[in-house]
Amino acid sequence: WRVGIAVIAKENYPLYIRSVASQSELKFHYTVHTSLDVVEEKISAVGKSLGDQRELYLGLLYPTEDYKVYGYVTNSKVKFVIVVDSSNTSLRDNEIRSMFRKLHNSFTDVMCNPFHNPGDPIQSKAFDGIVSGMMVQTG
Amino acid sequence: MADEAPFQFLHSEVIQYVFGASDSGDAETGRNITKVESMGFRVGQGLIERLTKETSRFKDELDVMKFICKDFWTCLFKKQIDNLRTNHQGIYVLQDSKFQLLSHLSAGKQYLDQAPKYLAFTCGLVRGALSNLGVKSIVTAEVSIMPACKFQVMIQKI
Repeated sequence: WRVGIAVIAKENYPLYIRSVASQSELKFHYTVHTSLDVVEEKISAVGKSLGDQRELYLGLLYPTEDYKVYGYVTNSKVKFVIVVDSSNTSLRDNEIRSMFRKLHNSFTDVMCNPFHNPGDPIQSKAFDGIVSGMMVQTG
Repeated sequence: MADEAPFQFLHSEVIQYVFGASDSGDAETGRNITKVESMGFRVGQGLIERLTKETSRFKDELDVMKFICKDFWTCLFKKQIDNLRTNHQGIYVLQDSKFQLLSHLSAGKQYLDQAPKYLAFTCGLVRGALSNLGVKSIVTAEVSIMPACKFQVMIQKI
């Protein structure tokens, strides 16, 4: 795949998962799953280190040979994970950051929708549209 | 000034709608209070999601409670909680000496028995906000002289 985006609930089950190219979807799920440990580690490190970083954006979680995994966690402990192909060098940290920001904004709208039940998978078309836009942009 | 009025009117209307005009039995009143509280819960969940969008991650429980007392309360009632106490064992008492939703009832003791209706929604708001931030709690309210009001938050340890 070129790029994949996942939203994980507080209790660590997926709320939304989408990736470009379906043949390697399983690998994408696996990558997101393994990244959760790194997210957990980063969250629990708060207060222990001197340079107390408490930004919502967690940065690059871990790089491997073929892809890069970025993480973001909201105050409600919902995690966003973006996976991009390593060959995609045009993508800067700032752009990833603004992608997360956009995702978070849209997610907030979903949460404030009275017809959405918190904890249910995200079925919002508006959210879907935002994600599609990002995939086109980065893919 | 102008944007607090619609919330106050809507809130009284919700209570009017849920409880109805007639005085019903205790069981019915209890059920209705639960209903209003769960409405507040859902609103609290959504609201806190929006309010914490720009803030950095919270350090601990006390940090979360301070946010509720300052930013959350200001957003809802245009003022902060006047006094926050804790026993550092999971009990927090939030004191508001002039609670907005009670301020239009006559001060003193005349309508004291009606007060629980007007506090249920706010209890739900606080519980919903905390729950979305990962803190399970029980929130109760207490009034002795209107319009002062105390909210007690008991954190449920998992």
